[in-house]
Amino acid sequence: MSDTATAAPSRARTPEGTRRRRRGGPPGEPRAVGWLYVLPALLVYAAFLLYPLLRAVQISLYDWNGNTLATWAGLDNYVEVVGDPALRASFGHALVLIAFYALLPLVVGLVLAAVLGRAKVRGLAFFRTVVFLPQVVAMVVIAVAWRRMYAPDGSINDLLSAIGLDALTRGWLGDYTAALPAVGLIGTWFEIGLVTVLLLAGMGKIPTELYEAARLDGAGAVREFFVVTLPALRGEIAVALTLTVIAALRTFDLVYVTTRGGPGTSTSVPSYEVYNRAFQQGRVGSAAAIAVVLTVIIFAISFGITRIAERDR
Amino acid sequence: MRRRPTTRLIAVGALGALALTACTPGSGSDGTGSSAAPTGTVNTDPASLGQVTLTVWDQEVRGGQAAQIEELNKEFQAKYPNITLKRVSRSFDDLKTTLGLALSGNDAPDVFQANNGRPDMGKFVQAGQLLPLDRYADAYGWTDRYPESVRKYSSYSPDGKTFGTGNLYGLPQVGEVVGVYADKAVLAKAGLSEVPTDWAGFEASLQKVKDAGEQPLVLGNLDKWPAIHVFGTVQAQTTPADQIRTLGFGQSGGSWTTAENTKAAQTLVDWVDKGYFSKDVNGLGYDPAWQQFSKGTGAYLIAGTWLQADLGKAMGDDVTFVLPPKAQQAPVATGGTGIPWAVSSKTKNPDAAAAYIDFITNKDAMGVLAKTENLPVADTADQKAPSAIGQDVFTAFGTAVDDDSLVPYLDYATPTMSDTLGAALQDLLAKKATPEQFLETVQKDYGDFVAQNG
Repeated sequence: MSDTATAAPSRARTPEGTRRRRRGGPPGEPRAVGWLYVLPALLVYAAFLLYPLLRAVQISLYDWNGNTLATWAGLDNYVEVVGDPALRASFGHALVLIAFYALLPLVVGLVLAAVLGRAKVRGLAFFRTVVFLPQVVAMVVIAVAWRRMYAPDGSINDLLSAIGLDALTRGWLGDYTAALPAVGLIGTWFEIGLVTVLLLAGMGKIPTELYEAARLDGAGAVREFFVVTLPALRGEIAVALTLTVIAALRTFDLVYVTTRGGPGTSTSVPSYEVYNRAFQQGRVGSAAAIAVVLTVIIFAISFGITRIAERDR
Repeated sequence: MRRRPTTRLIAVGALGALALTACTPGSGSDGTGSSAAPTGTVNTDPASLGQVTLTVWDQEVRGGQAAQIEELNKEFQAKYPNITLKRVSRSFDDLKTTLGLALSGNDAPDVFQANNGRPDMGKFVQAGQLLPLDRYADAYGWTDRYPESVRKYSSYSPDGKTFGTGNLYGLPQVGEVVGVYADKAVLAKAGLSEVPTDWAGFEASLQKVKDAGEQPLVLGNLDKWPAIHVFGTVQAQTTPADQIRTLGFGQSGGSWTTAENTKAAQTLVDWVDKGYFSKDVNGLGYDPAWQQFSKGTGAYLIAGTWLQADLGKAMGDDVTFVLPPKAQQAPVATGGTGIPWAVSSKTKNPDAAAAYIDFITNKDAMGVLAKTENLPVADTADQKAPSAIGQDVFTAFGTAVDDDSLVPYLDYATPTMSDTLGAALQDLLAKKATPEQFLETVQKDYGDFVAQNG
C-alpha cells in the first residue's frame, strides 16, 4: 500500500497524463490485462468463497428449514443472536477458549522456545518434532482420546488418586465448572506445538550480534529475552495468535465429540450451534446468522492482531 | 488510486453474486405444503413392471442391520431380476445430513430411510417431497399387519404440521422399546430373585440393592440424550399415556407443568439424592456406561432394545429385559420404530418402490430380521429369537404393541426438543434446576412450538 500512496496523487491530478503514460507502455502492459491474469484464480475464489459467503448472508435473512420455501425474516435471526442468553453465552465460551487456545500456548510456547533455543541440547530436531506432534493428529482422534482420559474412571482421575488428591476427582466433562476449562486444555495441548515451532523458527533468525551486544551491556538471560528476543518475534507472535485465535473461535469437533455442548449448555460454542441448527434442527436461517456473526468476529479479531503487530515496525 | 478498481470490482462482484443468489432459499424445490395424494390403481406385481432401476439410500450398516438388508436385497434381486437395486449405504449421521439436500435436487433417491421426527420426515412432508403410501397400504394389507400404534410413528397430516395422524409416509422394519435390563447376579446379591413387576416394588428394590452395597441404576449421560429415556420411563408411570402422546408428538393441548410431570421429575431428583445413580452421571459416556453394566456394575440399566445383542453376548444368561414395572393397570413404555422407509414424490417408479418396501417388511422379511438379531416390528410374537435375551425383548415389544402401551420419544415433539430436554435433564440431575424450573424450560420449548405450528 505505502509505495502506491506516494505515487497516486500526481496521477490523480492529471488524468490525461495518466492515460498517455499508460499508452506509452513500459514498464509493463496496460493495466486491464492484469485482471486477465488473476481471472482464473478469481473465478475459483468467487465460486467457492464469495458466492457461498453472500449466499449465507442472504439465507441468514430468512426463516428457512432447508427444504420448504423460505419466508423473509429480516434481521430477526440477528436479533436472536444478540437477544438469546444461551446463544450469547456460547459466544462467551468461545472467548474463554481463546485464553486456552491462544494466550496459554503463547506463554508456554515462549518459555519452551526460549529454553530449546538457548540450550545447546543434542537432538534438538527430535524434541522439536515431539513438541509438534499433536498438530499431526486429527482433532477427532484427540477428542476421543481426551474424552476417555477425562472419564470418571479415566487416567486423569487415576493419576489424582495415585497422588492422594481423591477430593479433586470428578467426571470432568460432566462438571459444570470444570467442563469448559477441560475442553480448553485440550486446545492448549494441541496448539503449544504449533506456537513453539513458529517461535523457534523466528528465534533462529535473530542475529547473534544483538545477543552479544546485550550481554556486553550486562544483561542476564531474562533481560536478554525481554529486550532482544521478544521484540524480534513480533511477527511470529502475530502469526501464532492469528492462527490459534481463529482455531479457538471455530472450535467444533472438540465440543461435538467430547460434550455436545453439555452439561446443560455450559460448553456450547457458536460453531456447534451452527451445525446443530443447520443439520439437526432444521433452522438454517438462524444457523447462517450465527455463522455470519462468527465470521465478522473472526475477521475483526485477526485484523486487529495484524494491525497491532505491524504498528511501529 | 489503485484502490478504486478493487473497490469497484468488489462492488461488481457483490452485485453479481447477489443477482445469482437473488432467488429465495428453497424456491428451487417444487411444491410446498400439501401435495395431493395420487389416485388410481396401483400395480402390486413387480415382475410385470419391466426394466426398472431403483436407487435406495439406507443406513443399515452395522452388524445385524447390515446382515438383514444384504440378505433381503439378494432375495429381492433373485425374485425380480427386472428391478435393479442401486444401494447407497451411509452411516446414520451421514444420511441425516445429506438426505435433505438430495430430496431437494433432481436426482432424489427413489426409496430411502427418513427418521420419524419433525426435523426429518415432518420437514420432507411439509416440502411435498414424500409420497403418501396409503394406497399401497390398502393394496398390500399393511394396515392389517401394522397396528395403528406403530403406523402413528410415520404418519403426518398432508401439510406436515401434525405428527401421529394423517397420511402414512413410511414403513419401518424393526421396533424399539425402552425397558429395564437387569443383572440377575447383582440382584441375587441383594436377595432379589427377579425384577419386581410393579413400580412400588421396583423402587423398593433400588434401595435393597443400594443397602447391599451395589449400584442400583447405571446411567451415562455425557451425551445428553440418554437421560431422556430414563425420564420417559419414569414419566410413563406418573402421567397418563394420552397426555404423554400429546406432548411427545408435539400436538397442541398438552402441558408439561402438571402435578404428574412434576412427580416424575421429583422422582429422578430423589434417585440422585438417594445415590441410586453413580456420582458422575453427567460425566460418563453412554457406551462406557452400558459396557460397565455388562461387566457387572449395577443392577439395572434403563435403555432400549438396541443394546440387546451386545449385552446378550457379554452377559449371557445373567441379563434379562423387561418392560418397565407398571404403576398403572397397563404397562406404558417409551418406544417406537426403527427408521422408516419412505418413497420420494419425484420417483418415476412408485409401484416398484412400494413393492421393494413391501418385500423388506413382509412376513418372510420379519423372519430374516429375527434371525439376524433384529427386533421385527410386525408379527413379533410369531418369531423365534436366536437368544434368551432376544426372546425377552420380543415378548416385551409384542406385549407393548398388543396392549397399545407405547408412548413416543419425548424429543419427537419439536425440532429443538432433543437439545432442550437433554440440557434440561443434565441440569436436573446435577441439581442446577428444580423440578419446577426443569418443567418450565421444557414447557417453553413445547409451548412456543405449538403456538407457532398451530
